Amino acid sequence: MSKIKKNQTTLDPEVTEKLRSQAAELMDQVNAGDYGKAMALISDLSEVRDQSLYREVGRLTRSLHEAIRNFQIDPQNQEQQEALSKMADASDRLEYVVQMTSKAANRTMDLVEEAMPRVIAMRDQAKALREDWQRLRRREIGPAEFRELYVRIDQFFATTADATDAIYGSLSEILLAQDFQDLTGQVIQKVTTLVKEVENHLLSLVVMASHVDQMTGTVHELTEQEQTSPEKGEGPQMRAAERADVVSGQDDVDDLLSSLGF
Amino acid sequence: MKILIVDDFSTMRRIIKNLLRDLGFTNTDEADDGNTALPMLKSGKYDFLVTDWNMPNMSGIDLLKEVRADENLKTLPVLMVTAEAKRDQIVAAAQAGVNGYVVKPFTAAVLKEKIEKIFERIQ
Repeated sequence: MSKIKKNQTTLDPEVTEKLRSQAAELMDQVNAGDYGKAMALISDLSEVRDQSLYREVGRLTRSLHEAIRNFQIDPQNQEQQEALSKMADASDRLEYVVQMTSKAANRTMDLVEEAMPRVIAMRDQAKALREDWQRLRRREIGPAEFRELYVRIDQFFATTADATDAIYGSLSEILLAQDFQDLTGQVIQKVTTLVKEVENHLLSLVVMASHVDQMTGTVHELTEQEQTSPEKGEGPQMRAAERADVVSGQDDVDDLLSSLGF
Repeated sequence: MKILIVDDFSTMRRIIKNLLRDLGFTNTDEADDGNTALPMLKSGKYDFLVTDWNMPNMSGIDLLKEVRADENLKTLPVLMVTAEAKRDQIVAAAQAGVNGYVVKPFTAAVLKEKIEKIFERIQ
């Protein structure tokens, strides 16, 4: 960041030195009345400017290429190497994240949906048995009904053992289904690194462009920023708690709606 | 009680479907955006609409407006379940006639509370 700031205010020391010496010489030549030599100096000066521009552009191009090479793509030839964008690979990687998370979510829900009916069946059986058991304790059950209850309790123990085994199996598979976090986390970290790198390079480009503007004396008319309509979906908001225009949770939504008379 | 769930992510539709089932609503259908949902609503005799906001083609807010503009659907209760969290957006949804607004990520308890509140008001 400090390097960028420096770039913004100063030119290459070599360039400034040349500028200074040639400007002084130009003054001398003009004062001496040697206009031919003065004109040649002016052309030298503009060459110095062009050279420093080319050097800057060259440096940026090289670092951009470097960044692209570092993002592990295997182009077949030189042409492809130039054409291939790191971003294409980055979007593939993110697509992989979407697939992995979706697979894990579905696998987890499959297992939950498998376990839920078992739990409900166990609960219903236990409830029914408990009622009959209490009737037994109140001595409201005859010998025939008792024999039937005896068998049902026996069956309940057997099915409960089986069902809890199956549920335990589902739970441990749900645990395993969370392994996507490790893989997607790594991929996202890689893409984040790329985005940061590209951001830095873009920032350098912007700085360089302003540098070029400084040297050429160009002033840009800035167009107004596009207004986003509230109708347009934006997806999840980051750092919601620090922002006044964004609600930070359901309580905020409820407060806002009730202030509107909901 | 027939409910239409509209969300472009199948996992979210599945979560909502499961939560609704736990609340005793077992008659649910799914659509992946407003364009798919609208013809279903027009022909399907739904009693309740749960929709996301940000979806390809027709968004949830546009679907809500279409519903409110349709003579046969305009009283249909609509619950928005969305990640959209800007105050402007919530105000826009309220102005468009939404009956409830739940921000993602949400809990089963919040969904239950909002749905019950909507039905209380209707009855």
